[in-house]
Amino acid sequence: MAAKIAVRNLAVAVNKRLILRGVSFDIEANSIVSVIGPAHSGKTTLLRVINRLIETQREFIRSGDVLLDGEEVRRIDIDALRRRVGLIFATPVPLRATIFDNIAYGPRLKARQRKSRLADVVERSLRAAFLWDEVKDRLSTSALRLSGGQQQRLCIARTIAVDPEVIMMDEPTSGLDPISTAQIENAMRELKRQYTWVLVTNNVKQAARISDRVAFFLSGELIEMGEAAQVFTRPKDSRTDDYVSGRIG
Amino acid sequence: MLIRPLARQRIVWVLLATMTLFTLVVLFFIIGFITSKGAHVITPEFLFGMPERMGKEGGILPTIIATIYISLLAIAIATPIGVGSAVYLTEYTRESAITKVIRFGADALAGVPSIIFGLFGFILFVIRLRMGWSLAAGGLTLAFMILPTIIRTSEEAIRAVPYNLREVSYSLGGAKSQTIMRVVLPNALPGILTGIILGMGRSVAETAVVIFTAGSSLLIPKSLFDPARTMAVHFYILAREGLSMERAYGTAFLLIIAILLINVIAYLLMYRLTRKMR
Repeated sequence: MAAKIAVRNLAVAVNKRLILRGVSFDIEANSIVSVIGPAHSGKTTLLRVINRLIETQREFIRSGDVLLDGEEVRRIDIDALRRRVGLIFATPVPLRATIFDNIAYGPRLKARQRKSRLADVVERSLRAAFLWDEVKDRLSTSALRLSGGQQQRLCIARTIAVDPEVIMMDEPTSGLDPISTAQIENAMRELKRQYTWVLVTNNVKQAARISDRVAFFLSGELIEMGEAAQVFTRPKDSRTDDYVSGRIG
Repeated sequence: MLIRPLARQRIVWVLLATMTLFTLVVLFFIIGFITSKGAHVITPEFLFGMPERMGKEGGILPTIIATIYISLLAIAIATPIGVGSAVYLTEYTRESAITKVIRFGADALAGVPSIIFGLFGFILFVIRLRMGWSLAAGGLTLAFMILPTIIRTSEEAIRAVPYNLREVSYSLGGAKSQTIMRVVLPNALPGILTGIILGMGRSVAETAVVIFTAGSSLLIPKSLFDPARTMAVHFYILAREGLSMERAYGTAFLLIIAILLINVIAYLLMYRLTRKMR
């Protein structure tokens, strides 16, 4: 089976500092891949290169290939690419609008929507993110009034609403309590078959709990990638062993 | 000299409170003075009547209408240009020597005395472009005068919109223009409105520019190219020519009420607009 995302020899420099050095790996469709590693190992940059969000912000140089379904992402229309590859941030960022308008934001960007169709999409997305039951009676109140965990599930629902193929998450539970974290991991497991997940996390245990495969990054290099069970129990590289067993990082 | 901390706290408190009090006293003195001299002049005939004998008697209806027209015209011209410039400066350019020069230019423009703007408008619009003394010339010149204020306040407001809101829009497939229209500007709206209100207030209160560019006709303007006299100019002429101090105070009182009303309405509007966002 062809990889959903294929990264070949990717090197990235931001502001003349090398962030990623010669990284190559594949991500299979409909799997959960965790990217782990200490701070400043290039994990976030990797996500921002894949959906090209890095291009909005800073001076950067890129070499190598990043392929989505075999097509170089730089040749895909940027807005279409970002609809196909969603990104969820470390801190939940609700738009300053109602819950309904937050979810409807993405679909509305593409075209004018019928109210009934839009309501449909909103309900389906909120259900998928396990948030519907908690907010169905207050869709027209501000999304800022939700708790942190609810806000992060709102962000997941908002991403689902644009019907992506890949959902990337950048430490999505780093600011959340264990119960909210469990709810989000649940949602990921339930939705695994519909999307391809790339999860950047600082939480080794979380990676062990939910991922199929794990990639360990250190200082911009991909040290090791393999089945989750293998990486956590029989790592091939001593540096991976040091990190997953808590000796460094 | 050693002062006990508690005593020092008290001294500083008294000092700062006195300064604040001083400001308030001056403000209330002016408002109180104008009100005591002008409030009793306000009658239906004064508000809705035509002036007689150069304003010595009768009402001030034409000046009220002219004030509304000319300020709205100035705002209508300055707002799109000002907000557009602010969006360009914040979203479409990188911080560079050129943006610094533009910003410095806008700041310098904000400090130019209004009478210079008046002279500029008089030469450009009234004479060269043959508009004559008119609402159009006055509105355009006022627009130039308040443009820097609107640009700078809008710029600050847009800059204050958190960057991650833009990223959310981009990551959902939003184009730059969509992101600006649907996320950046709505979030910056309260700040932008503040700039517009400031500009509105300055237009309503401006005298020098209007005398030079709109003239001082006491007729109700019927087209953009009719001359007109605003309340501020009317007040100035009444007081300076010694026509009627009583009516001058009446006009001044109305001006203060107008500025107050603009602010109240604007804040109500802002509250309504941002209610959904809280």
